[in-house]
Amino acid sequence: MGWIEENMKFTNVRKILSQAISLGMVVSLALMMWKGLTCITGSQSPVVVVLSGSMEPGFQRGDILFLYINKNPIRTGQIVVFNDGRDIPIVHRVIEVHEHEDTKEVDILTKGDANEDDDRMLYASNHDWLQQKYIMGRAVGFLPYVGWFTIIMSEKPILKYILVGGLGLLVLTSKE
Amino acid sequence: MHSFGYRLNGLLTFSLTILTIMCAIASLSDNLNTPSPSAEIQIININRFQKQPQGNDEVSLTMNISADLQSLFTWNTKQLFIFVAAEYETPKNSLNQVSLWDAIIIAKEHAKFWIHTSNKYRFVDQGNNLRGKEFNLTLHWHVMPKTGKMFADKIVLTGYSFPEEYR
Repeated sequence: MGWIEENMKFTNVRKILSQAISLGMVVSLALMMWKGLTCITGSQSPVVVVLSGSMEPGFQRGDILFLYINKNPIRTGQIVVFNDGRDIPIVHRVIEVHEHEDTKEVDILTKGDANEDDDRMLYASNHDWLQQKYIMGRAVGFLPYVGWFTIIMSEKPILKYILVGGLGLLVLTSKE
Repeated sequence: MHSFGYRLNGLLTFSLTILTIMCAIASLSDNLNTPSPSAEIQIININRFQKQPQGNDEVSLTMNISADLQSLFTWNTKQLFIFVAAEYETPKNSLNQVSLWDAIIIAKEHAKFWIHTSNKYRFVDQGNNLRGKEFNLTLHWHVMPKTGKMFADKIVLTGYSFPEEYR
């Protein structure tokens, strides 16, 4: 009866392989969608989570923002996400713009709606103004509360491991 | 096929999809609104007009701002962020925009207002080009929705100018 057992082993290997391929396809699909979104919106991170309360009451911690960037110049009032070399990007509003006549470059000053002072203290030590190159995107849309999932995952990493571990276990023990 | 896990999964997926569709519809309904805002700004007094030690002009002024922005509110509006900015041109800069005052309006009733205020934020030029210069005052508003697309617009008021001499 040896050839029957060998056949069953083959079927098991095929089943595992096909499950692995489905998993791989799901992951690639997610990656493609994310990269596609990056292309369409022009921003390196088209969706950001609001992490601080500096834009309250408009944006609370845990909201997500949809970003978009194009060649249009930055003007006052726009809500921008910038990163001039920090750990995490900041979402604040532009309150001053000076556009140079010769180079068409802009000097930008930002401030959080809920902050008393402007962001000059936060900028990297060698400049008083932000340049357009540090701006990752302009906020064009917003969804409340959805970002809490990401915040919880990053602030309590143990939950991340539990979730991934649990999902892995589910995949392994599922009957089909 | 009918285990608890499958049913829960199906339920969650369906509810998330419905929620997303509802948020999208809420955002789209904002396009049905046709706003008709109006505003007026009067400069009551230029309190200070000096050149700082570093060489930049600084201005402090008092204004009366009156506006009726009630037509901008829809059921999907969370708040209105409004600000007044001075816009002017200098030889070195083709455009300067300096925000002078801002406010957050949460309720439709407060969107029709009159305020007498000095500039909340310091008005400092890049250089000393302001003497006798003409500038525009723009009232901008940014509508922040409960969910969905944010949009903004402004009213430009022209005809203001700085004094010829420092004071």
